[in-house]
Amino acid sequence: MRVTLSRIALVFALALCAVSHAEEKITVGFIYVGPRDDFGYNQAHAEGAAAVKALPGVTVREEENVPETIAVQKTMESLINLDEAKIIFPTSFGYFDPHILKVSVKNPSITFFHCGGLYTEGKHPANVGSYFGYIDEAEYVSGIVAGHSTKSGKLGFIAAKPIPQVLRNINSFTLGARSVNPKATTSVIFTGDWSMPVKEAEAANSLIDQGIDVVTCHVDCPKVIVETAERRGIYTCGYHASQAKLAPKGYLTGAEWNWGKVYVDYIEWVRGGKKWPHLVRGGLKENLVKLSPYGPAVSDKAKADADAAKAAFMVGNFVVYKGPLKDNQGATVIESGKEHGQTDIALESMNYLVEGVVGTLKK
Amino acid sequence: MIFSSAPRFLQAMEAVCLRLGALIVALLLFGVFVFAAGKNPLDVYALMFKGAFGTWFSFQNSLQRAAPLILTALCTALPARLGLVIIGGEGALVFGAFCATVAGLSFKESGPYTCLTAMLLAGAMAGGAWILLIGALRYFRGVNETISSLLLNYIAIAILNHMVEGPFKDPESLNKPATLPIGDDNMLGHMFGLDVHWGLAYGIIACLFSYVLIQHTTFGFGVRTTGGNIRAGRIVGLPVSFLMLATCFLAGAAAGVAGMVEVAAVHGTANASIIAGYGYTGILVAFIARQNPLAILPVALLLGGIGASSGLLQRRLGLPDATVLVLQGIMFLVILASESLYGRFKIFQPKAAPEKPAPPKNPTPIETKPTEGLALG
Repeated sequence: MRVTLSRIALVFALALCAVSHAEEKITVGFIYVGPRDDFGYNQAHAEGAAAVKALPGVTVREEENVPETIAVQKTMESLINLDEAKIIFPTSFGYFDPHILKVSVKNPSITFFHCGGLYTEGKHPANVGSYFGYIDEAEYVSGIVAGHSTKSGKLGFIAAKPIPQVLRNINSFTLGARSVNPKATTSVIFTGDWSMPVKEAEAANSLIDQGIDVVTCHVDCPKVIVETAERRGIYTCGYHASQAKLAPKGYLTGAEWNWGKVYVDYIEWVRGGKKWPHLVRGGLKENLVKLSPYGPAVSDKAKADADAAKAAFMVGNFVVYKGPLKDNQGATVIESGKEHGQTDIALESMNYLVEGVVGTLKK
Repeated sequence: MIFSSAPRFLQAMEAVCLRLGALIVALLLFGVFVFAAGKNPLDVYALMFKGAFGTWFSFQNSLQRAAPLILTALCTALPARLGLVIIGGEGALVFGAFCATVAGLSFKESGPYTCLTAMLLAGAMAGGAWILLIGALRYFRGVNETISSLLLNYIAIAILNHMVEGPFKDPESLNKPATLPIGDDNMLGHMFGLDVHWGLAYGIIACLFSYVLIQHTTFGFGVRTTGGNIRAGRIVGLPVSFLMLATCFLAGAAAGVAGMVEVAAVHGTANASIIAGYGYTGILVAFIARQNPLAILPVALLLGGIGASSGLLQRRLGLPDATVLVLQGIMFLVILASESLYGRFKIFQPKAAPEKPAPPKNPTPIETKPTEGLALG
């Protein structure tokens, strides 16, 4: 009996040693601004967290519905104090300034990775990183599929706020659609905030009443829009995560994040003691964004054109924003012969809607 | 001496014991719910205690979360003593925050004390004016104050969004529209030795002030009398219009200060993150505290604690955030149900006059609202 016990203990101890040698145990925290099963922004991050859970030796602690107030500072500190987290992913754009900046200065031994690509060398603490994806590449490809699928030539886009990131998605989607269907137009409705389910449903219905037959969006939770479109029998292109389950008939494709790649990379870098980049950005080529698998309604022609565009992005030399480009007021925004590549900083302050978009911005 | 104060003491004991009893019943019911969700209720209780009060960090976390709720609860509690059900704390907070930011930007270079004083005054005045408007609509035009205060919340939020995304936008705040920052030097710091900002002190001072004002001044006596019966108040010659407008102003000022603190101690700018629902949670706090300014303090701490522990429940047990909403809902219902038990327990009844039990100190003042009488002014 005694022998068996000590043997078991020995085996156990050896196993423990093996584990601790292979992978240092680490706790990682994820903070979401909304519910993690929202079929949208937060679900995309939660899917990334799920990829992290699969790593050996990593414990994942998740907290949802954390507002961009002092509450998120306290959640980060609680993760550090009570859960002993070493790496924290506060995933909402609005968590950065002042919340992450404050807590990261107080806790220099903890690493924070923020979603939004806001890091400035020299200005922000060294234990902070920020990442973001060029999702407008996927929007461009989505637009190609939408341009092929529409019969009326009218596309709809329901957006939260007229900020540069959102405008860039609207413009890329429209440029993609018009690259295969030059007569196509995109009607835009701004709801005014990131999560306004009632207004979003109203917007979807009003767009459909105007004869729009493909709708897409940039809001935190596309669920209501996709469901409304499916019920009214029109097509949808998704955003953030896949909403294919909500619209088995009308879902064409969608622009999705692939955060799992970023999260796993970051954790391996930190755990391996490697120097990690403060800014990680990338598009389809870098595998930071992806497209939902094509739905049943997508034609072969549409698939061929979309795949060709995707292949061009994968090579990395395809430029969406090149002159001559006019805005929808008729003014030239990019001169003939000029190009703004994906990483061009000029695109970060976009304040126009391109020709073909129906809608206005308050200036 | 002892004899004369005994009924009062018994009354206070009754309130405290019923409240605590209701709380325990609510926690037990919540335990059943958690058990049904497949988790061990004892684990849940232990984690809740650890997350809310179990460590020094947790306790400060709860205090910090309570701070804005104390101020917004006053926005509902003070007018309630007058018989007005006002749920406009969110609007007053948001409008107060915006005006405080404008003041802060105007006095940015005048040194932190001038700047913060200007912000405090601007926040209080703006929030006060916001709720004063509701009181005036009620008094002069007979507009239902509950509906108007709710609708004015949306208007305040629309004003903030418009200003932040339009005339007051910092051109550098590209993807998160915000005003220019008030500057790091002008930020409101932490209270001595605590990891809690000064908003908590403002809240405590406001509650003490409100308590003295309502319970121990002629003004407060007039407010309570009017709340009990507005016609009686008028017949005995109370200045009902003044009482109503002044109380609404003070209530709004408290929420406006909460907004100022959000800008000065947390965000540094006015932006959409200010709209966090503190005004609505404040309503819950005020009702659980039975509109008593002193009871607001422990109730806000309790709700702050629940907020603080919710994170730990989510992270350790994988429970969804909605779990805590369920607990809050159960608590609210059980506490409201416990109201019917006042006067049912013999031990809390004063022995001197058993045949006529002491009347409730503040009869829940919702039922009397003669609209025409008010409109005539």
